[in-house]
Amino acid sequence: MDLNENPTDRPPAETDDMIICRNVHKWFDDFHVLRGVTMTIKRQEVIVICGPSGSGKSTFIRTINRLEEHQEGEIIVDGIELSHDIRNIEAIRREVGMVFQQFNLFPHLTVLQNVALAPIWVRKWPKARAEEVAGQLLERVGIPEQAHKYPGQLSGGQQQRVAIARALAMQPKIMLFDEPTSALDPEMIKEVLDVMRELARSGMTMIVVTHEMGFAREAADRIAFFDQGNIVEQNTPAEFFAHPKEDRTRLFLSQILSH
Amino acid sequence: MNATSAIRRPPAPPGAVRWIKKNLLSTWYNVLLTLVALIFVFFVSRGVLRWVFFTANWTPITSSLKLFAVGQFPPDQVWRVGTAVLLVSFLFGLSWRVWGGTVGTFALALAVGGAAVAVLPFELSSGVRLWGVANPLLVGVGYLVGRTSLGKPRWAALGWALSFGGTTALLTGVRGVSWLPRVETGLWGGLLLTFLLALVGIVASFPIGVLLALGRRSSLPVLKLFCTLFIEIVRGVPLVTILFMFSVILPLFLPEDVRVDRVLRAMMGMTLFAAAYMAENIRGGLQAIPSGQIEAAKAVGLNGLQTTVLIVLPQALRMVIPAIVGQFIALFMDTTLAVIVGLVELLQIGRAVIQSNPEWLMLDMEVYLFIGAVFWVFTYAMSYASQRLEQTLGVGRR
Repeated sequence: MDLNENPTDRPPAETDDMIICRNVHKWFDDFHVLRGVTMTIKRQEVIVICGPSGSGKSTFIRTINRLEEHQEGEIIVDGIELSHDIRNIEAIRREVGMVFQQFNLFPHLTVLQNVALAPIWVRKWPKARAEEVAGQLLERVGIPEQAHKYPGQLSGGQQQRVAIARALAMQPKIMLFDEPTSALDPEMIKEVLDVMRELARSGMTMIVVTHEMGFAREAADRIAFFDQGNIVEQNTPAEFFAHPKEDRTRLFLSQILSH
Repeated sequence: MNATSAIRRPPAPPGAVRWIKKNLLSTWYNVLLTLVALIFVFFVSRGVLRWVFFTANWTPITSSLKLFAVGQFPPDQVWRVGTAVLLVSFLFGLSWRVWGGTVGTFALALAVGGAAVAVLPFELSSGVRLWGVANPLLVGVGYLVGRTSLGKPRWAALGWALSFGGTTALLTGVRGVSWLPRVETGLWGGLLLTFLLALVGIVASFPIGVLLALGRRSSLPVLKLFCTLFIEIVRGVPLVTILFMFSVILPLFLPEDVRVDRVLRAMMGMTLFAAAYMAENIRGGLQAIPSGQIEAAKAVGLNGLQTTVLIVLPQALRMVIPAIVGQFIALFMDTTLAVIVGLVELLQIGRAVIQSNPEWLMLDMEVYLFIGAVFWVFTYAMSYASQRLEQTLGVGRR
């Protein structure tokens, strides 16, 4: 992988804030997972979140579309505050796409149906239009020829690309990636990262939890290092890798980059 | 280019002769075992065939076919039952064209069954024989109609939905229509009653079972408590008791002038009983759905109802098809318990026929074998449909 590729063709980021998290706390029973996370993500920004397992990074991005409920603090997504109001939650979920570590495609539907499902039922598009758009998205992620197969007939990398197309079908403003390559064989990681790189260049606002430091280095605007439920340090990739400020960051980087 | 392509694929599976050689005649003791088995099969089947065709006396059945079929249904009104069956033949023909596959097998079976009635080698009225011939004809007509613009799944489904109302009207009669006088349900009997009890039980218990299963997993405490209580109470009580309750106790709670028909009460009892078991089967399927499926559905913006209907239920139900069909088969057999509330279904007709003639008292074996065979045909049809459905829906494909 060419780590020196420079993502200069990204459109200039606008200045408005897309996601604002203030002092977000979350407990699983007595376990304090998120300890006052404060973070602002700007429109078209690409954030990579890394950190040891159990540091709360997955939980944090899952609070952004309310797959996990936070108990304290506030989260505002594109001007809508996440509250117990189900209408707010559904409005935010329409704007936020998510890609999971285990793909979570719907096994009883074909690839095309997986992608077209939400536009038909949530956006209320006519079936023909939804399937046309779904076809275009499958082309964009490079697997138009698999449209009528079932997820179980695809390789892991192909499944994850379908999952990205499924999330994009709702035309989200923000995409969340929860360790999208962790369940993949090494030779399939690149095809998924290529799609994500293309997405980042197109100006999508993205939060990516990953250990792929190559991707972080070339595609991220900012890297945030999580440990014990909070952000320890965040910086541009160049600064983050060259001059980590905290001891914990240095330790983590030495472990992850040495193998 | 590809080194592995040089390796030949293994030889194709052997033909019939090689199969026999390999599996039956591979060693001297296998030859011996095959011979012994053949002799055994020969004598058993000779004995069975001899008994069926020469020793056994089938008169109680051949001379009471009408009783076995419809019980005490007024003879001059039996045409209404026949018409209902013809309607079903037509719909099967239509569905054959629309859906194909297993439906076609059943349509064919219905046509062949009808044709067989027409050529049965004993005394039958020409009307019945004509009706037998009409069945394959209507299957054909249905198939042809299916080739026109009416051959769409939605019209076929509408036809089946309407046939429920049509059949009910035909069988019970319509007030004010002189050619459809009321037939008391107490006169229904035999295969007709067995069939109606099972069919209503199956069709009604399935949706109730789905709702109960969903309710038991609901996050609303009251709903969850109600569903759990219902399921556990019904499952803790024998079917006979439930049928008794519906037939004896229910009228005590209802006002004097509200009289629920006896057959209807039995149907309600069987439906609720089956629904409780159905709910537990379906709940098993619901629990097997990984939470990632629900998270993915939420993440793309589906609401709770959409997630349940589009994502969870289709996967859960296809996982428990074998259990559900097993439940249907059990329900079909359980219709024989309707005797407890005084209904004369197929098995009871058999007993009545045996006792109706002193000369037939010794022929109970023939009668019960016949009834067993009838039950087997229908339960096997259900089991076959279930296997085909599993294949079509690709159970196990993930």
